[in-house]
Amino acid sequence: MTQAAGPDPFDATGASFSATLRATAPEALEGRFQGPVPDHVDGTTVLAVTYDGGVVMAGDRRATAGNVISKRDMRKVFPADAWSAVAVSGAAGPSMELAKVFATELEHYEKVEGSPLSLEGKANKLAQMVRANLPMAMQGLVVVPLFAGYDLREHASRIYEYDGVGGRYEERRFATTGSGGRDARGSLKARYVDGLEADEAIDVAIHALWDAADEDAATGGPDVVRGIFPLVAVIDRDGYRELDGELVADRVDAVVSSRRL
Amino acid sequence: MSMMPYVSPEQLMKDRADYARKGISRGKSVAAVRYREGLLFVAENPSATLHKVSEIYDRIAFAAVGKYNEFELLRRQGIRLADVTGYQYAREDVTGRSLANAYATALGSAFTESQKPFEVELLVAEVTDDDVEVYHILYDGSIADEEGYVAIGGSAEAVQSELAERYDDDLDRDGALGVAHAALSDGDGRSLEAANLEVAGLDRTRGRRKFFRMATDEVAAALEPLTP
Repeated sequence: MTQAAGPDPFDATGASFSATLRATAPEALEGRFQGPVPDHVDGTTVLAVTYDGGVVMAGDRRATAGNVISKRDMRKVFPADAWSAVAVSGAAGPSMELAKVFATELEHYEKVEGSPLSLEGKANKLAQMVRANLPMAMQGLVVVPLFAGYDLREHASRIYEYDGVGGRYEERRFATTGSGGRDARGSLKARYVDGLEADEAIDVAIHALWDAADEDAATGGPDVVRGIFPLVAVIDRDGYRELDGELVADRVDAVVSSRRL
Repeated sequence: MSMMPYVSPEQLMKDRADYARKGISRGKSVAAVRYREGLLFVAENPSATLHKVSEIYDRIAFAAVGKYNEFELLRRQGIRLADVTGYQYAREDVTGRSLANAYATALGSAFTESQKPFEVELLVAEVTDDDVEVYHILYDGSIADEEGYVAIGGSAEAVQSELAERYDDDLDRDGALGVAHAALSDGDGRSLEAANLEVAGLDRTRGRRKFFRMATDEVAAALEPLTP
C-alpha cells in the first residue's frame, strides 16, 4: 500500500485554481446550457490609462437588462492581486465570476508556488479563462475583461485588452471595452498625451467615462442625486488602491464644470 | 509461497510510531508564540526559499517539521482545500479547525493503513478578531489545541520548557521573536543567527490576508537589542 497519493508532481496545472476546482468540485462549474439565453444583466464601460509610473483603471456603475437600468452602483473594477486589477464588461454574472475566479487563481498560484506570477503570466491566464468561456459567448453571454498592472520586474505599468474569444493584445497607452468603449476610446484619443501625471490621467479617465455616458444609453454618468460616482483605481509601484469616493466626486465635479457650455 | 511472520497490532503501531518519531527528531524545531496582534512562528531553517511556515488562507497559516517532501505535499493540499471551500461558500467559512481536522484524518489514515507513516508534525493556526487558535497535529493523526506557545521538531521538549519559562501573555511582535529565538537557542544549546531563522506569522491588524514574513535584516534588527 502506498502513502496517501497526492497530485502528480509533474502536472503543469498543479498550481492552477481552476484546474483544482474542475478536479475536486466540478459541480461548481456546471451551468453550461443550450438554447436561448435567459434575460440577463450587462455591464458597460470600463477603461485603463497609463501614466508616468502607473496605470489608472476606471468604470461606470450602470448595469442594464435590455432597456431597463437594473443596477446603479455596480462594481466593474476588481483588484486581481496586490499589483494588478481586472475590469469587466459584458454579461454581468459571468463577468463577475470571471473576476472572482481570476483573483483566486492568482492568489492560489502565489501561495502554492511561494512567489507571484509574472504580469505577462497573469495576462495569459486571463486570456485562457476568456477562451474557456467561448461556448457561453457563442450563446450571447460574452465576457470581455481588461487587465492592467504594475510589472515589478520591469518597473513599468501595462495594459492588456481582450476580445470575446480570448485574444490578448497589449496596449501601451490606453484601452477601453464595453458598450460605451468606442466613445470612451475617442475621448481618450483626443485627451491622452505621453508623460501624464497620475492626477491628469485620472481626469482624462473621468472625461472618457463622461463621453461614453453621453453617447451610450447603457453607460451611467455620475449620479449626483444618489452620490454614485465612477469607480477609479490606481496601480503603481506601491500596488493597487481605490480612490476615495469623495475624491472622485471632487474630480468629477471639476471635469463636469470644465465642460459646461 | 512466502509466509509473513505474525506481528501483533500493538507492535506494528509501536514500530511505526518509533519510525515516525525518529524521522521527526532528526529535524530542526519550530516555535510558535502568541503575541498581542496574533501569532509568530520562528523556525530554524538555513534555506531562504524552502519554507517551513506558509500561508494557507486569509487568516490561516501552516508550520511543519520533518520530511520536506511530505509536508510540502500536505501544505499544497491544504491550500487547495481552503481555496476551493472559500470559492464555493464564503471566505469566512474557511476555518483552521476544518483544515486541522483534514490533516488529522489524512495523517491518521496514512499511519494505520500505509506501509510508512508521514514523518511530519504540523501546526495549523488561525487568527480571529480577539483570539488565536493553534492546532498541533502529530504523525499519527492525533490532534490537540495549544494555548500561548508551542514547539515542534527535534528538540521540541527542551524548547517547549524554555518557552514556558519565558512566555508572558502581553508580548509584542519583537518580544515574541525574542522569546522564540532564546528558547530555540537554549533548547539546542547554541545561539542561532538571524540568517538561519525563518520568521513568519499572522497579524490581525493586517488587511484581508493576515500572513506576513519578516526578512532576515528585519529579524536581525529586532534581535539586536536583545542579544548581549
